[in-house]
Amino acid sequence: MDKIYDVVIIGAGVTGCAIARELSRYKLSVLLTDKENDISCGASRANSAIIHAGYDPEPGSLMAQLNVDGNRMTGDICEKLNVPFKRIGALVLAFNDEDMETVEKLYRNGVANGVPGVEIIGREKLRELEPNVSENAVGALLSPSAGIINPWEYTIALAENAVENGAEYKLRFETASITRESGVDGASIFTLTSAKDETVKARCIINAAGVHSEEIARLGLFGEDVELGFRTIPSKGQYFLLDKTQGTLFSRVMFQCPSKVGKGVLVSPTVHGNLIVGPDAVDVDDPDNTCTTSDALAFIRKTASLTTDTVSYRDNIRNFSGIRPNTDRGDFVIEPSPVEARFINSAGIKSPGLSSAPAIAVKVAELVKESGIELAEKESFVETREVVRFRELDNEERAKLVAEHPEFGRIICRCETITEGEILAAIHSPITPLSLDAVKRRCGAGLGRCQGGFCGPRVLEFLVRELGISPNDVLKDLDGSWIVKLRDDETTN
Amino acid sequence: MNRNYDVIVVGGGPAGLAAALEANKNGAERVLIIERDKELGGILNQCIHNGFGLHYFKEQLTGPEYAQRFIDMLEGTGIEVKTDTMVLSVTPDKKVWAMNTEDGYCCFNAGAVVLAMGCRERTRGAISIPGERPSGVFTAGTAQRYINIEGYMVGKKVLILGSGDIGLIMARRMTLEGAKVLAVCELMPYSNGLKRNIAQCLDDYGIPLYLSHTVTDIKGKNRLESVTVSRVDENLAPIPGTEIEFDCDTLLLSVGLIPENELSRNAGVPIDRRTNGAVVWQDRQTEIDGIFACGNVLHVHDLVDFVTKESMIAGRAAAEYVKNGGFPETTAENTVSLAAGNGVSYVVPQKIAVERTEKFVEAFFRVRTTYKDSEIVVRADGEELNVIKKSQLLPAEMERVVLPKAMLQKAAGKEITIEVRTKGDN
Amino acid sequence: MKREITCIVCPKGCLVTIDDANLEDVSGFGCPKGIEYAKNELLHPVRTVTSTVKIEGALHDRLPVRTNGDIPKELIFECMKLIRATKVSAPVRCGQVIIEDILGTGIDLIATRNA
Repeated sequence: MDKIYDVVIIGAGVTGCAIARELSRYKLSVLLTDKENDISCGASRANSAIIHAGYDPEPGSLMAQLNVDGNRMTGDICEKLNVPFKRIGALVLAFNDEDMETVEKLYRNGVANGVPGVEIIGREKLRELEPNVSENAVGALLSPSAGIINPWEYTIALAENAVENGAEYKLRFETASITRESGVDGASIFTLTSAKDETVKARCIINAAGVHSEEIARLGLFGEDVELGFRTIPSKGQYFLLDKTQGTLFSRVMFQCPSKVGKGVLVSPTVHGNLIVGPDAVDVDDPDNTCTTSDALAFIRKTASLTTDTVSYRDNIRNFSGIRPNTDRGDFVIEPSPVEARFINSAGIKSPGLSSAPAIAVKVAELVKESGIELAEKESFVETREVVRFRELDNEERAKLVAEHPEFGRIICRCETITEGEILAAIHSPITPLSLDAVKRRCGAGLGRCQGGFCGPRVLEFLVRELGISPNDVLKDLDGSWIVKLRDDETTN
Repeated sequence: MNRNYDVIVVGGGPAGLAAALEANKNGAERVLIIERDKELGGILNQCIHNGFGLHYFKEQLTGPEYAQRFIDMLEGTGIEVKTDTMVLSVTPDKKVWAMNTEDGYCCFNAGAVVLAMGCRERTRGAISIPGERPSGVFTAGTAQRYINIEGYMVGKKVLILGSGDIGLIMARRMTLEGAKVLAVCELMPYSNGLKRNIAQCLDDYGIPLYLSHTVTDIKGKNRLESVTVSRVDENLAPIPGTEIEFDCDTLLLSVGLIPENELSRNAGVPIDRRTNGAVVWQDRQTEIDGIFACGNVLHVHDLVDFVTKESMIAGRAAAEYVKNGGFPETTAENTVSLAAGNGVSYVVPQKIAVERTEKFVEAFFRVRTTYKDSEIVVRADGEELNVIKKSQLLPAEMERVVLPKAMLQKAAGKEITIEVRTKGDN
Repeated sequence: MKREITCIVCPKGCLVTIDDANLEDVSGFGCPKGIEYAKNELLHPVRTVTSTVKIEGALHDRLPVRTNGDIPKELIFECMKLIRATKVSAPVRCGQVIIEDILGTGIDLIATRNA
């Protein structure tokens, strides 16, 4: 008979992975699923990479509470899981009197939401803190608890930690339908069937499907004619990612005041030392089309020029876009299906979802408990994750590491100084990467200015060697993204 | 292990090999080449086509053969080579931190350092090509490595953006290996490659060249499915309504090369924004005493023969520097600075120490656009020192002028500019 | 009829004009090699072929090769077929003959590096 998991999570983005990790503290069988071939393939890998302080959400909302709690928890989790996170603080820039009123409102929000350390600063202090800010800025909200993070490594680290603590994962499982039957105790048993006709069984389902969370939530109505209560409105945001030569222009996240003309774009250093500029926000029909457009990129440059005209766009190394799972509700949707207590929606986790993830996970665990599933703590829960980052070591540590493990003595990714040892560790990590991008997300090889031009062929060779797969099967990213083919004369041999 | 060397050369490609050999020939006894790849030769190893060496060896060689000649010359010289070794930092006092799996992470001391790290390719990001981000979009050099070194095919239906030499060479290479190359597109109204490469790589195989065209969209969720190309106006902006969609599984980008100066920058070597390489004196010494730079890390060359020539200058000077315990300080009155004037995008070297000049200094430069029947004017403080007639000038081809010592003495303490004068300027 | 031919002998790439009715009517060349090249292009165009062959026991899987002289242009793809079907084993010296007298042209295919 098929194994019946206590909990099956649909969607391995940051929310799904944080939930998997939270639940792996308890004596539960947990299965984390995703339709793609890796963790963190949706909005969790394509966003501003900011841990927001929590002055944005309306006081009293679920979002306000989860954001502020999540922000606080993120620092601790990142330290334990060895994830790059820097609490560098943020500034919300005002360019006129109207903006200053908004800044005051954000300040009051911040205070009401319990955001630590918020203050309003004037022109001079602003210049002192950020000399490259435009003369147009008249003042700002300073919020020291905001931070920057590596969002995909964070997501993967949460998943790896969950797996380390006994959770299982199943990738390339696209939930197409869900049926429900009554179990021996009268409670529901669910059967999830994938697009490829595989099935898994669960006592409880958590919908963490991001931009697809409305579709999944509808499956959780089991054909009953009731209102779902929300609708997703996918919203695309595009970005520039610039070379490290630009990464020192600012030391904080530079937001613009939301105003009648739009929410503004941010300019921020990243944890890797690059500079990120973006995003715009445009509602889209296709939740999976992450193309960039020249119009949007031009708009972002123009809007960002209000913050600073010091960015050299010839040092751009990548453009990308992410799709936010916005909804017609102002708040996150974290609640059971209207017809099924053990079908829990964690839907519409838009910004500040990344910031709120750990708090969302705790909230969802409570809902699991409320649905009648016992949460008994395990005797031992592994809280930490070890990662070697060669480039962060000092000379002595480097010499020692290479003397003991020669594979760390060979640099493969020149731009980011990533060693063979780190790449091998990534390939043999708890959730096996099958693509160059999956290796990149785990150890940073290929993330830099040459965008994998030099290290790509080497990483491909390692994947072939270590996993015993054909070069034809090494992917760049999602399924179908083949890179090379063996020559005809070799395949026929 | 003795970790003290007279000259340490960072990079074992054509520039590093020539510099090391020349340093050794001029009296540097302990010379070390540090190469990050598993073998010497650098990018030449994957440039399997012929056309190299006509200036230096007076014969047509392929890239690997050109490299092999220099590798063979190492024999018996006592020059030490560390391959599979990465230099992680060079300090202004010429300590070279490097690492490999055998020696581990360690520090070498040098009397002089020659930077010869070469260049890297500009990527899709650098030119912000919009669209989806499927696999199948390669820089031409990466594709060349996959095909010529690893022996894979990167695709069957190919579009190439950029008519620089690598793009043209890859058009022929892919065709010979059975792929269909649909077109080569070039943003500028002229090609950036050698004319002979257009003849023997495109015309020979009936591959069309679309000048004044660029890629404006990329489609394909997973693997590349199609590329949209648009004509551009005189400001290089795409013209709506001119889109052509090519169904293809591969897009190769040959959209420029950038000197790899991260080590130089971290060492504090001042960089020229025009070349993206170090500011150097005529002997290729950078603004930091005893640190030299040559080859594509200094400025992007179109012919390896010129890389060799330049690197010999640097190698010789590095040996002199060590032998003499440094160079005498050059006063401002004894310095000529070289500048790019009208129509010229850069000049190398940027500085000349007049008293260190033997007979003449060769100045290398590139023009900004194509010129017909024009003149190169060498000028100091408004005075014309030399005028050279040129029937044709192309940005793709590096130009040079000779500055005799007498001219430099006359211009000492001043700036010499090199500019293009067309008939209309008279 | 006057024909314009880009000379490929050296990087200069002279545009040579030649009359196909009178091969002695040539202009635009920078050196005598240009005259010879232009004539050849009209009479029997030839090219050097460079490629790689499969190699076993070497650092890389491919060994670069070239024809040690020009072969008739129309034989290029025929030549590529032979190259594709060729497999060698290390060690190989630069200049070593890989295929002798390729397609009866009198030209050999040689290795272009040590491996």
